[in-house]
Amino acid sequence: MTKRDRTPKTYTRLTRPLVRDSRDEPFRETSWEDALERTARGLRRHRGAFGMFSCARATNEMNYVAQKFARVVMGTNNVDSCNRTCHAPSVAGLSAAFGSGGGTSSYEEIEHTDVIVMWGSNARFAHPIFFQHVLKGVRNGARMYAVDPRRTSTAEWADGWLGLNVGTDIPMAHAIGREIIHAGLANEAFVERATSDFEAYRALVEPWTLSLAEKVTGVPAAAIRELAHAYARAERAQLCWTLGITEHHNGTDNVRALINLSLLTGHVGRYGSGLQPLRGQNNVQGGGDMGAIPNRLPGFQDILDPAARLKFESAWDTVIQPHYGLNLTEMFEAMEEGSLKAVYCIGENPAQSEADSEQAVRRLRSLDFLVVQDIFLTRTAELADVVLPATAGWAETDGTTTNSERRVQRVRRAVTPPGEAREDIDILCDLATRLGHGWKYADAEAVWNELRSVSPDHYGMTYDRLERHQGIQWPCPSTEGLEPAHLHGRLWERDPERRGRRAPFGLVRHDPPVDLTDEEYPIRLTTGRRLDSYNTGVQSGSFASPLRRGEFVELCPEDAEHYGVVVGEEVRVSSRRGSVVAPVWIDTALRPGLAFMTMHFPDEVDTNQLTIEANCPIAGTAEFKASAIRIEKLPAPAYVR
Amino acid sequence: MTAIPLGVPRRLVEFTIDGQEARVPEGSTVLDGCRAAGKDVPTLCQGDTLTPKNACRVCVVEVEGSRTLVPACSRRAEPGMEVRTDTERARHSRKIVLELLASSVDLSTTPMVAEWIKEYDAKPDRFGPAAARLNEEPKIDNDLYVRDYDKCILCYKCVDACGDQWQNTFAISVAGRGFDARIAVEHDAPLTDSACVYCGNCIEVCPTGALSFKSEYDRRAAGNWDESAQKQTTTVCAYCGVGCNLTLHVQDNEIVKVTSPHDNPVTHGNLCIKGRFGYQHVQNRG
Repeated sequence: MTKRDRTPKTYTRLTRPLVRDSRDEPFRETSWEDALERTARGLRRHRGAFGMFSCARATNEMNYVAQKFARVVMGTNNVDSCNRTCHAPSVAGLSAAFGSGGGTSSYEEIEHTDVIVMWGSNARFAHPIFFQHVLKGVRNGARMYAVDPRRTSTAEWADGWLGLNVGTDIPMAHAIGREIIHAGLANEAFVERATSDFEAYRALVEPWTLSLAEKVTGVPAAAIRELAHAYARAERAQLCWTLGITEHHNGTDNVRALINLSLLTGHVGRYGSGLQPLRGQNNVQGGGDMGAIPNRLPGFQDILDPAARLKFESAWDTVIQPHYGLNLTEMFEAMEEGSLKAVYCIGENPAQSEADSEQAVRRLRSLDFLVVQDIFLTRTAELADVVLPATAGWAETDGTTTNSERRVQRVRRAVTPPGEAREDIDILCDLATRLGHGWKYADAEAVWNELRSVSPDHYGMTYDRLERHQGIQWPCPSTEGLEPAHLHGRLWERDPERRGRRAPFGLVRHDPPVDLTDEEYPIRLTTGRRLDSYNTGVQSGSFASPLRRGEFVELCPEDAEHYGVVVGEEVRVSSRRGSVVAPVWIDTALRPGLAFMTMHFPDEVDTNQLTIEANCPIAGTAEFKASAIRIEKLPAPAYVR
Repeated sequence: MTAIPLGVPRRLVEFTIDGQEARVPEGSTVLDGCRAAGKDVPTLCQGDTLTPKNACRVCVVEVEGSRTLVPACSRRAEPGMEVRTDTERARHSRKIVLELLASSVDLSTTPMVAEWIKEYDAKPDRFGPAAARLNEEPKIDNDLYVRDYDKCILCYKCVDACGDQWQNTFAISVAGRGFDARIAVEHDAPLTDSACVYCGNCIEVCPTGALSFKSEYDRRAAGNWDESAQKQTTTVCAYCGVGCNLTLHVQDNEIVKVTSPHDNPVTHGNLCIKGRFGYQHVQNRG
């Protein structure tokens, strides 16, 4: 067994702007004036070949200004954030069905529901405080089902665990739908009044008998039947999901397949009944709401809608491109093709967070100009021409963020940022001024009030009211009242006019993971989070967690015995894209043929060298959850005395 | 279709506290009424996010017609009740409780207790220096928590917060019976060998500082813990999309402690390990 340095890499805050004249040089510290002039030059040069990576962890206000910078100063809709690597499929799926991309329920409702389905979500680890609301529900008598390839700590609380094969969520959902229809448990009145395409859906799921689903998913037919009946018979039911659903090459289809179940049973649009995608970053909901996505203006207003464009064009005194911009995934592809030459990356670390990280680094290197604005010199910042030291959104700036239940809450400055670090909005406005747009905002509230004036869903949320109500959930069109905390109550209206657009069933087909297992790569690798760590570990690596044990490749006891490996022994883990060395951990929550790794310790073991960049064609999210790997025992080390 | 449950409208209950009219919503406790009326009733084991445990008896009041003193924290207000908070009998009982606790437990970090001892003229020293104490060294077996059972009054709040009322981790329990009863982690294991997930929700409810953050413990030991110099600012956690509200306690531009507002609809005062302890990266200022 080899000794491995287990101290996580800790990052020190950036305190001065860094620049270099060519990529082979080391960085040197410089003045803000120099750094911003260089940035302005670099961006001016590439108007028309520019992309903005906004930050799903910064405030709504910063995201609003960043997308406005892209659209007004740079004249492009190429603006996106790491929502692309996690929940973009949830937004796309929910928008397609209901017209808006937020979770439909509130946390509090799950305490008063009858059936809770946690699908592809280890909320006990990844969203611990949300899970406390789930546990209240369980203690109030709700039945809980966990659908997950691993028997996670969430599944330990479930009445039933459906341990499906990775990437067979659609067969499972379709089989549940078919069973509900055949058992006569569909909510026919709701289906008739509020949905469309039901006949096509019925025909689509008809082949997915319980026994076929058992063969494909590996879950006993009786267990699938039990979940179908429990969900359909419940007075109220909540369907929650996380990245186990979205991080697939067909993530949006997966989301649609789950939404279908809620349409079939009428478990949406009522108190206690709804759909809850649990978001991974503190403001990944808000970033999209603010328009930091390539297809929507602030407040979920479609760029293709001429009336919406006109409103923003007059508010911003500009011309908005009448077509969608490139999303994060497409921007990376455009770098490869050479049609995207300059990137402004704020608070993101795509060099380590993207699937197939080697490819991502190569593409970033091919840029003509890269400016990174962050609080640390991340792996991505190391590739840049200019690095601008920013503030930590949640503790060093004022503003708001929006959580998974669409609650907009106040973020407040508690500590003074180090050195010459400046606030994101301040930097953006300075750059805008250098590029010919003299933007000035007195403070974050001024930005927010501008947003309120163009987004009806946010109009009623003054800072004052946000403070008084401890956050307000959108939509909030009026400064007087509050809307119900759940969305889409309109679907239950008797008057067809008020009921509005019918919610269509998603006609989606099973498509197994792209990276097939075979004799050479026999093991299915899936990835996820641990309780005490976060994403690429840049933030969470700095505190002394007693739970942290670094990166391992986790195997079930049977596989470990098969390969003759023990806990702590280093093995070679290879996929069709890359190969890493990682120590073994044995976890009884896994089953033969299934391995697990996290993305928390990329400086120790770069898991994303193994993952596949097979993207959802609709939302652009990569298939982090399903790679094919093989495990090789390393030759016994030769000890040198 | 299910209507939104608004619950039965809560009627107001009218009763008197020290002769004054008091009105509280049905289901409120006598303590709620006392606090609304601005009466200073001391509490230790009572927690605003927890079910009353009736362990410490320091909140007792007199209720007309009741043979025994009544714990204000758990007794529901009833129409026509006559509550007296400041009678000789109630004051005497509080005094004895404070004397027994202060003589056997280190209350040096318990907020308010010094004032109460003065107010009720309690004399913990009268039992002499031989009064039973645990006399244990604080347990420091990890980098986040310190457990100093010399300061434990056995109020059970940590057991409830770790158990079925909030965290559902069940790392903390009561070991031993009678005089030997004490709070323990899995029958006296080190924290690192227990089910503990380091959410800190037990520390959040501990009334005496028996459980404390190591950041606070170290600063106190170094004489560098100054609550009067600390500013509290509530913001939102950056670690996931749940949106937990964090109250950052900042001293000299350093975050020294993180809590959450107990009335917050997202957290109800609870956090996870990342929100509670994951702030250090911000202040790696080189």
